[in-house]
Amino acid sequence: MSATGEIAPSRDASRAQLEYLLRLGDTSLVLAQRLGEWIGHAPAIEEDLGLANTALDLLGQARLLLAYAGEVEGRGRGEDDLAFLREEAEYRNATLAEMPNGDFGDTIVRQLLIDAYQVPLYERLAGSRDPRLAEIAAKALKESRYHLRYSAGWVVRLGDGTEESHTRVQASLERLWPYTLELFDADEIDRGVLASGVGPDLAAVQGEWSARIDAVLAEATLARPAAPRYRWYGKQGRHSEHLGHLLAEMQHLPRIHPGARW
Amino acid sequence: MQPKPDWPLYEIFVRARGGLDHKHVGSVHAADASMAMEHARDVYTRRQEGVSVWVVRSTDIVASDPDEADALFEPARDKIYRHPTFYDIPKEVETL
Repeated sequence: MSATGEIAPSRDASRAQLEYLLRLGDTSLVLAQRLGEWIGHAPAIEEDLGLANTALDLLGQARLLLAYAGEVEGRGRGEDDLAFLREEAEYRNATLAEMPNGDFGDTIVRQLLIDAYQVPLYERLAGSRDPRLAEIAAKALKESRYHLRYSAGWVVRLGDGTEESHTRVQASLERLWPYTLELFDADEIDRGVLASGVGPDLAAVQGEWSARIDAVLAEATLARPAAPRYRWYGKQGRHSEHLGHLLAEMQHLPRIHPGARW
Repeated sequence: MQPKPDWPLYEIFVRARGGLDHKHVGSVHAADASMAMEHARDVYTRRQEGVSVWVVRSTDIVASDPDEADALFEPARDKIYRHPTFYDIPKEVETL
């Protein structure tokens, strides 16, 4: 048995698995934090609760994924260490998740673009060769299906609503669309987890995402924006200027009271 | 905080478990029935309170008039014989 021949690929596979879990977990974590910013500010108390429920679902997904990532990493870091004590460049969330809330339309469009991605993603991850990830995805899938129902419903209402709501939500779509390419832009890590049977084929996820988005936009009488020309790489740790501010608020308490418990 | 949307009120009924009746639990504002369903889900079933939800426009509920309470409900007060408490139940009957 050749030690060097065995260890190298397994190290690579384990690194890809860790990076991939961070991508999934951080996307849910950062989006949960964004949605949490709406609490007390939503247009109606029912929407306040709706957004908070979605935020809590996503936070629950992040906890499971980051706790697992900590175990895979094997350096004794738990979910809280990973969530609260990393630096900005160590976060692996998709850039779209960190985009500011803007108005309710911006938030709802961001949500639709991510929900329509997470549903086909989790459908495939539920059949992952990694049984722990498959279990997490199966649980998350039920939540994401409801999130999609909620966000798609609102995009249709706003798009097919008044002239002002239509104009504004179309502008939200144009603003956020450039960040969607990253979700499907497979890099070395994505190809690594695909090869090991852990992750999905992103081209297939993109096909399903695209069909779902087109159906919602048609009903909402919104136009699909042109293909983005610039690529973002939040999943590789290169973020927009917005993530640092989000982290400052999110990490504030854990950093000034290290190890504090309820 | 934006102005409160001008949405109508819906009454929410939740069935806690299969076999039980739907019970009135409260109300939500919503633009239409499908939004009311989502609001009801988010407001009233987030702690596993239910397995089924009905939403009804509050204006579609016909309520008894409090001023007519005497005419409607008082006559039943002195008719205690309508309660099934005047029968001796034989010991042999176990479930009644």
